[in-house]
Amino acid sequence: MARAPYDDVVLAAPVTVPYVRFSTKSAHWFLGRALAELIAAANIPKARIDGLAVASFTLAPDSAVGLTQHLDLTLRWLDHVPMGGASGIVSLRRAARAVQAGDAEIVACIAGDTNHTDSFRRNTSAFSQFSQDAVYPYGSGGPNTSFAFLTAYYMRQFGARPEDFGKLCVAQRNNALKNPLALFQKPLTLEAYLNARLIADPLRLFDCVMPCAGADGFLVMRQATAQQLGLRYARLLGAIERHNAFPDDPVQYRGGWALDCDELYAQAGVGPPDIDFLETYDDYPVINVFQIEDLGFCRKGDGPDFIRRHTFEAEGSFPFNTSGGQLSAGQAGAAGGHLGVVEAIRQLTGETRGARVANARHGVVSGFGMINYDRGVCTGAAVLAAT
Amino acid sequence: MSDTVQRPKRKNPILRTRLPTLPPGTRSRVALGLTAAAAYGRFKLQVCEQCGAVQYPPRELCHACLSHRLLWRIQDGSGELLTDTVLRAAQELFFRERLPWRIGLIRLDAGANVIAYLHARVGAAPCRVRIDTALDRAGQAVLVAVPEGGRLDLSDDPRLREFACDPRGRKILVSDGKSPLGQAVVRALADAGADLIWTGEAEPWKKIAGFEALRALPQMQPVPLDLTDGRSVRSLAGEIGGKVDIVVNTADCHRTFGIAARHGVETAQLEMDINYFGLLRLAQEFAPALKARAADGAANAVAWVNVLSIFALANYPPHGTYSASKAAALSLSQALRAELKPAGVRVINIFPGPIDDDWDQLIMPPKLAPAALAGAIIDALKGAVEDVYPGDVAQDWLARHLDNPKALEREAGEGEL
Amino acid sequence: MNDLHTLLSRVTASGGVRLVDLTQTLSPDFPPIVLPPEMGQCRPFRMEEVSRYDARGPGWYWNNLSFGEHTGTHFDAPIHWISGRDLPNNALDELPVQNFIAPACVIDCSAASHADADFLLTTDHVAAWERQHGRIAAGSWVLMRTDWSKRTDPVAYQNLDDTGQHTPGPDPDCVRFLVQERDVLGFGTETIGTDAGQAAHFTPPYPCHYYMHGAGKYGLQCLTNLDRLPATGALVIAAPLKILDGSGSPLRVLAMVPAAA
Repeated sequence: MARAPYDDVVLAAPVTVPYVRFSTKSAHWFLGRALAELIAAANIPKARIDGLAVASFTLAPDSAVGLTQHLDLTLRWLDHVPMGGASGIVSLRRAARAVQAGDAEIVACIAGDTNHTDSFRRNTSAFSQFSQDAVYPYGSGGPNTSFAFLTAYYMRQFGARPEDFGKLCVAQRNNALKNPLALFQKPLTLEAYLNARLIADPLRLFDCVMPCAGADGFLVMRQATAQQLGLRYARLLGAIERHNAFPDDPVQYRGGWALDCDELYAQAGVGPPDIDFLETYDDYPVINVFQIEDLGFCRKGDGPDFIRRHTFEAEGSFPFNTSGGQLSAGQAGAAGGHLGVVEAIRQLTGETRGARVANARHGVVSGFGMINYDRGVCTGAAVLAAT
Repeated sequence: MSDTVQRPKRKNPILRTRLPTLPPGTRSRVALGLTAAAAYGRFKLQVCEQCGAVQYPPRELCHACLSHRLLWRIQDGSGELLTDTVLRAAQELFFRERLPWRIGLIRLDAGANVIAYLHARVGAAPCRVRIDTALDRAGQAVLVAVPEGGRLDLSDDPRLREFACDPRGRKILVSDGKSPLGQAVVRALADAGADLIWTGEAEPWKKIAGFEALRALPQMQPVPLDLTDGRSVRSLAGEIGGKVDIVVNTADCHRTFGIAARHGVETAQLEMDINYFGLLRLAQEFAPALKARAADGAANAVAWVNVLSIFALANYPPHGTYSASKAAALSLSQALRAELKPAGVRVINIFPGPIDDDWDQLIMPPKLAPAALAGAIIDALKGAVEDVYPGDVAQDWLARHLDNPKALEREAGEGEL
Repeated sequence: MNDLHTLLSRVTASGGVRLVDLTQTLSPDFPPIVLPPEMGQCRPFRMEEVSRYDARGPGWYWNNLSFGEHTGTHFDAPIHWISGRDLPNNALDELPVQNFIAPACVIDCSAASHADADFLLTTDHVAAWERQHGRIAAGSWVLMRTDWSKRTDPVAYQNLDDTGQHTPGPDPDCVRFLVQERDVLGFGTETIGTDAGQAAHFTPPYPCHYYMHGAGKYGLQCLTNLDRLPATGALVIAAPLKILDGSGSPLRVLAMVPAAA
């Protein structure tokens, strides 16, 4: 059975609550400010929001329910999405079907986290039962451990070199230098990348995303609603998600996108050659390479070659993570998965804050999340188009 | 690339003593099955009774067929190291103090992925390895990869060495060094390279064969210690407590009476006063200093060994009051384990079967020679276990106890060993 | 002032009457009597602190004690031995209290005991003592001074080897004589028993216990400072605890000695 298309589902009002390294405020503050920015950007009263999807790591003991009363919303549709960096894609998929079915009219998809000085350790030490029992006790490296494993394996299997990952990081930093909200504002040279201190071999300092506090959000609605409100918007052409793909791969070297990539483009009616920019989930550079390959831009294992042949700045041959990505903008917890969606909407509506991709008509946003034990479990991707 | 343990330098007395930190110790209940096996030196994983699938990480239902019939079974641990890393940054203080540390992801031939510490001798990925288990300083099971066909030798790796409690270079208190077992333990510790062995002696006016000869050992230092006398214990702790790295509690009062065979409680009181209250007095006086020195350099305080008895598991009625006193000591040792755990000091319980001595004279062989029991204690200190069942009879009791404790109670109750 | 007050004033003023403490300190270090391991054992003296101006009791200090009836400097009652078990008033709580103050005859065997740890007091020794100091009066304590209490090292005090304990004491004939011919109150020693260390091998075994208690007489053990007593003339105060059906108890043994002696 073919999946239903997304008809006239649109995404609008991309907002970012500025990232800060540390904050004494709670996640409620950042999420609430995202909601405030959304209704301001859309110029609607709060009561018009009748659907809410929330992603956060630091909202406990609250979930989306507590936040709903905290912000005094009355909703017809509510979802809490605990899928880490895949939450952006998954939220928009849920919201899209809700507005298509008329279960909600305007769904706010928000993600955000606070970051206290000890948040990262607390979050990683109790991340999942499997990591508590079988990963964290071995060095308490957190995601550095997991991605070091994946990176070392990928490099050995496919001949990727540190320079390849470095090229992506340098390009993302160049994009970030134009983004006033990115936490990293200093240029990064390949030499500095290659000589930075080792964190978990082979990962070095600039391979590792910096956790911070902040939030991102966007609205999902039908085209008619957006037009009534006079909003710019991006159209949703296709979206996929897959969880726990390829469980028999000894070490993860591909994600669920590989299973559903063809269906994504079939649903969207466009293919990789039509894509003007790619916003991936990028907490470590190796996962960028997975997404480039598994989303059909090159074959599995050809990622290093692809990187060597392209340039990734907004003005380059393959515009990539044009806001700087998490690696240069910062990772505001669960907002890392919404960062790409928000940037994609900005590129497609022409309301960019920083680097702009010329003539951006189609973009792909990808999400990845939840290294529950030894591999990321959640993946998703969406194809968006300009009006 | 192993380096042997050098005699540690003397400590600079004006520097603050380092405080102990621990690796993450939280585990789900089902994951404690790994610890239960590692406690006595076995690597076990859950295996599905229905479809045979091996499970890791530990879980509630079979990942393949969702059966709930998962049993812990011994694994041979052979597998392939697929990928590895050297950690140079860590979230927890314990690891931050010990970086860098190499860990790897191994695919077991039995069909599960494990993350494990890599012994220094393990080569670059990909390579064949064998997974074994050890208790870390938080008292939880961790997995360690060694080269295929190799033995797990913790002393041979500068990081993993800390999981063990090697007597080499350490100062050790043997609570009763005069009994045949005590003498054997003192000799074995000397052979294992202990730096100093304070040898406890309760009744100096009693001459026991062999004890005088022990004095010839340069490491041996006799000290008065009567576990029935709180002042004696306190006084010794005041003198040497701050220097003891390992306590080996060999003190034992063993009589051969049940309930009806002896009128009055005087004999049972003596057994309790040494076997149970003796442990309590010793622990009250020596545990605090052990905890304070648990991170005090290379010869830090690391372990507390209790010589219990298989009769702590199930009462052997011909030695009924003795069995009860050992069971009391076992329970108390669990309290001691909990109190020492925050400092990472390991409590190791030894459960020997009958020992070839005066009080087990009428028990038929096989019996454990004091030297063999002493050897098992040394092995336990050099390993990373906390429950030791040395000898054939002890192994047999362990198997029967794990299989069906009530059946063991019945069998022991028949006077069957 | 009556006679008793006069006596007291002579004790408290300098000169007149000296008080000598014949008691060893009750401490955990003091050696207990040790029987073969199959037998029930006499408990050594032990103190368990209850509180000491601390959280367990902020304003006070006290201990719980445990000890055997025959620990430290102690008194043996006739009920202690099988030969005295059927005598009337043979337990501590029934002993006639007038027996708790009695004259003492001190027989100095210190040199002989120093030379031979197994020295035995015989009737000849007693006869020689009586020639010098007069007949032992009925109702007196006979105290065997050996200076054994000066052996402060517990190993030397116990003096055990592969063949057992080696400490001085009376031989069977001597005990029978003191009981039958002199009707003494009891026998006292500085060693760990009223009998010699090797008395298990005598006939009968442990003759001092056997004959003394069999005749309703008493024993005192682990005494000290006997070298500060005159051969005769001292008064010994030895009042054991009033224990229900008691066979013996640690106690304070005092001697009143005329100053001129």
